[in-house]
Parts: sequence; C-alpha cells; structure tokens
Amino acid sequence: MTLLGPSGSGKTTLLMILGGFEPVSAGRLFLDGRDVTGQPAETRGFGMMFQGYALFPHMTVAQNIAFPLKVQRRSGADIKQRVAQMIEMVGLEGHGHKRPAALSGGQQQRVALARALAYAPPVLLLDEPFSALDRNLRGQMQDEMRRLHRETGTTFVFVTHDQTEALALSSRIAIFESGRLQQVATPRDVYEHPRNQFVAEFLGDINILPVLDARQDGGHVTARFEASLLRVAATAGAPGGKLAIRPEHMRIAREKPAAGNAIQARVVDHIYMGAETQLLLETPGGQALTLNVATAQVSGHITDNASLWVTWPEERGVFL
Amino acid sequence: MSYALRTSLLIGPLLLFLGVCYFLPFLGIVGWSVTLPEPGLTQYHSALSDPLVHSVVLRTLRICLAVTLVSVVAAYVIALVWVRGTPIQRLLVELCILIPFWISVLTRAFGWLALLSNRGLINEWLQAIGIISAPLTLVRNEFGVIVGMAHFLIPFAVFPLAAAMRNVDERALLAARGMGARRSRVFWQVFVPMTGPGIIGAALIVFVFALGFFVTPAILGGGRSVMLAELIYLRIFQSPNWGLAAAISVLLMTGVGMFLVALLKSIAPRTDR
Repeated sequence: MTLLGPSGSGKTTLLMILGGFEPVSAGRLFLDGRDVTGQPAETRGFGMMFQGYALFPHMTVAQNIAFPLKVQRRSGADIKQRVAQMIEMVGLEGHGHKRPAALSGGQQQRVALARALAYAPPVLLLDEPFSALDRNLRGQMQDEMRRLHRETGTTFVFVTHDQTEALALSSRIAIFESGRLQQVATPRDVYEHPRNQFVAEFLGDINILPVLDARQDGGHVTARFEASLLRVAATAGAPGGKLAIRPEHMRIAREKPAAGNAIQARVVDHIYMGAETQLLLETPGGQALTLNVATAQVSGHITDNASLWVTWPEERGVFL
Repeated sequence: MSYALRTSLLIGPLLLFLGVCYFLPFLGIVGWSVTLPEPGLTQYHSALSDPLVHSVVLRTLRICLAVTLVSVVAAYVIALVWVRGTPIQRLLVELCILIPFWISVLTRAFGWLALLSNRGLINEWLQAIGIISAPLTLVRNEFGVIVGMAHFLIPFAVFPLAAAMRNVDERALLAARGMGARRSRVFWQVFVPMTGPGIIGAALIVFVFALGFFVTPAILGGGRSVMLAELIYLRIFQSPNWGLAAAISVLLMTGVGMFLVALLKSIAPRTDR
C-alpha cells in the first residue's frame, strides 16, 4: 500500500496517525476489526521507518537491531540469533559491530529496515525511505524492499511523492491532495482509470481534451472536439466535459485515417530524448498536446510546423 | 600577506596576553617551588609526603566528585525542562539560570550561610514546625561546601547539556516508542546516551572549575573543610611557606592539565568515528 501525493498533502500525517505518533482529531482507526484509535505507539507494535532512518547513534548496528527485541524481553540467545538473521537478510554481514555514522546512506537504510522488521510487526510504516539515496542505490533498495515484502508477508504502508516508485512497488496506491484522499486502487487502475483530473495529471503525462455533447450512443459514447467527432468506450466513466488520453496510446498519421478517433494538429516543437522523441503539438483550436514517439520512427514528415493527424483507439480515452 | 602571517597576526595578541599574564607568572611560581627556602626539590618531597596535604587532596577530590554529580544531575533536569518544556517553563528556567550570574560568588556564599547556619532560616523553620529539636549541622562542613559549590556551578553545566539535548533527533525517540519502548526506557536507553557527549562536557567543566574553588569552601567550610586552593592560601598568608604553596600549586596545575589531556584524548576518537 502506498500513500502518494505532492508534499504537504497529508500523507506523512496519516502515517504518523497510523503509527500512533499523532493524535486523531476525528474518525476511528481499526486494525483487523479492533479499534486502536486511542492506543499509544508503544503498544501498537507497528514497525516504523522514519525519513532519515532515526537510528540510535550511540549503538552499533547489532544493538540497534536488538533494541526492539530487548524491549520484548526476549532471551539473549534468541536475540542474538534473530539479529544475525536480520543482518544477513539485509546483506550487512560484517558490519554488525559498526556504529551508524560509519555506514553509507544505503547501509543505514538497511539497518533501519532490519530494525523495523526484527520483531515481525504486523504492519511496517515507511516514510519516504528512499528519498536520501542516489538513483542507482534507490533502484537496488526498491528491489530489495519488494523481496522483503514477499518474504516477510508483512503489510507495508509506504509514503512517497515519487510516482514511478509508487507504481513500481505497490499493490495499491492511495493518492492524496491537500489532506484529501483522491483515489485508492491498484497501480494499473489509478493510472489507466484516474478518477479525477488531479489523479490523471499527477501520475505521468496525460492529454486532456475539452469535449462537447458527450452522449451515450449505442455501445459507446460520442463527443465532439473541435471539428472531429470522437468515440469513447462505454466503460470509460460517466460522460463529461473532459476526455483524457495517455500520450503513449496516441499515434500519428500523415493522412486522416478512414475510421477511428483522429484530430488534426500541427507540430510546435520536438524534443529529442534518446530512445523517444517528445512532440509538442497544437490543434487548430489552440489545444496543446504532448506525445512520445520512438525516435526510430521519426522521419521527414515530422518537422516543426508540419500538419498531421493524431489517432487513438476508442477504449483508451477516459472521461474525467 | 600570506595566510600564515595573517593568522598569526590575529592570534598573536591573545598568545602574548596569555604568555605575559599567565605563563610568565606560572614560571615564577615554578621558580619559587624549587628555590624557596633553598634550591632543590625538597618542597615537592614534603608536599607529597605531608599527611595534611594528602587528606586535603582526598577531601578536594571527594568534594569535587560530589559537586560534579549533584551539579550534572540537577543541571540535566533543568536543561530538560529548558529544552522540552512549555514556553512558560522555558522562560522561568532561563531566568533561574541567568539571575545567579548577576550575583557575586561572595554574596551567594553568605546567602547560603544565612540559610544553612545553626540559627539560619532552614534550622529555625524545621525547629518551629517541630521536625527537629536541635539544629542540624548544615554548614561549616562538607555538606555546606557541596551545596554552595553546586549552586554556583549548575548553570555552567546547563549549557553543554541543553546543547546536547537540542541535537537529539526527535525521530529516534519516536522510533524507540514505535518499537514498543515505554517512556522510561526511551529516556534511559535512548535519550540519555544520545546526550552522552554533553554529560561528559558538563562534568568536565564542573569538575575542573570545582578543583580550584576558593571563596565558597572558605566561607561555607568555615576552616574545617579545607580544600586545595584554601590550603595554598593558608601556606602563603598564615603559616608562610611560599615554597610549599608554590609546589602544591604546580602539582594542582599539572594534575588538572593531565586530567584534561587524558579526557580529551578519550573523547576525541569517538567524535571523528
């Protein structure tokens, strides 16, 4: 489960409430049907990994991981064995005697993860765990996190403002904006069937066309955009004034295709991005569009100011 | 102008001042200690073998350790309220730390005398309430000296402790609670160790300050709890033996110096690790 949203949207606050670190002003909180609203953090027994990791600087790696086990008054041998197991799980063999300050950012993060998982909490809360890592390390840690999630079977609740991270790691995503929950669904659902314009625009690029006269017409919905009549699958949400299409579903054509959705546009600019080239287009009515095409397919007819047609399959349009 | 020259010009006056006002006089004392009344190390020999000096050194160490303990514990509580209390508590603590700085050591020592002596406020009140029948001996002994010295030194311990507490990462405390630790465990096993460098710093300042205390023990000890500084004073002004006084001074200086070096060395490797 991922809590995703721009900074200041309330996702960390919700995480702190889940952990019991912040009081709730209204509403109730249930864990497996049991009301835990008023229960303080120390009895809730959730694992929490804070931004910046919050390791204990005066303890070694092994002592950090042993702390929650000592709190539970486990036997010395049990603690020793569990700590060794956790250190091995996060790949920090040979670092057990070091203090956190002697470790790199990625290693500190693993320690925090091992410490939070050591006592097998029912829920692990993670507040932007990757924000302090560089890109390569981040990818590596994400893989590791996915593996741990599979291996431990613990519920992970994960806060991030990075949408790619959220899509890649989550089984479900909750999208936040200014303290309000916008949509909760699987990554595929939030991406392909965003419930509103905020969700649509927050995740990836999207083209939103203002359409008129949207109405049910047999097995599908029709709507008018500038000079074109567009068809949208009936499953694409309630007909409204905004039709959203992801750029990767749009194709370009030189001539107006015989059937299907097509709108005319003029190339305003093209941006070379390696494997892909991003085209900035404008319709005769002044509506801006972006779409990416494989650089290998960009040929002579795609030059600035060239006029072309943009098409997409009817099931790819979504009403917002 | 080169960098080295500029730095030495900036630091120079300070070094000159310290050299003229501290180091030269100290060399003079060292001179006395090996020349009065006759050249040789006899004064060091008698200082180190004199049972009176021994007992004074022991008492000084004992009092200084007690003062350090009392001051650091009290200062820890004060700093805790100062750093983590409500705004009103903070303001009160600030006033209580600052006001003593405006009152001289002498005034404060006499203040304690008025409070603690046989006919002082505390004894009068306790007798009036009927808790005790004869006055307690609260002053002219080590107890009075410890109270007076700790009172003077607590503010000096508050500052390093407060600085250390401000550096504690709040999230580490939350993390400990999240792992099921009750408040007392969070305090003793996470918060206190994380302020460890501040505790060592505060104890060091108080202990070194306390070693050379003169006015407070002289007044509140009433000549019975003589500490090293007072012994040196007595050897100069009452039973004149300047050579011995100088030898004790040099030993005290060297002892404090060695103590400081040893402590700094033991702390240093931990800070850069």
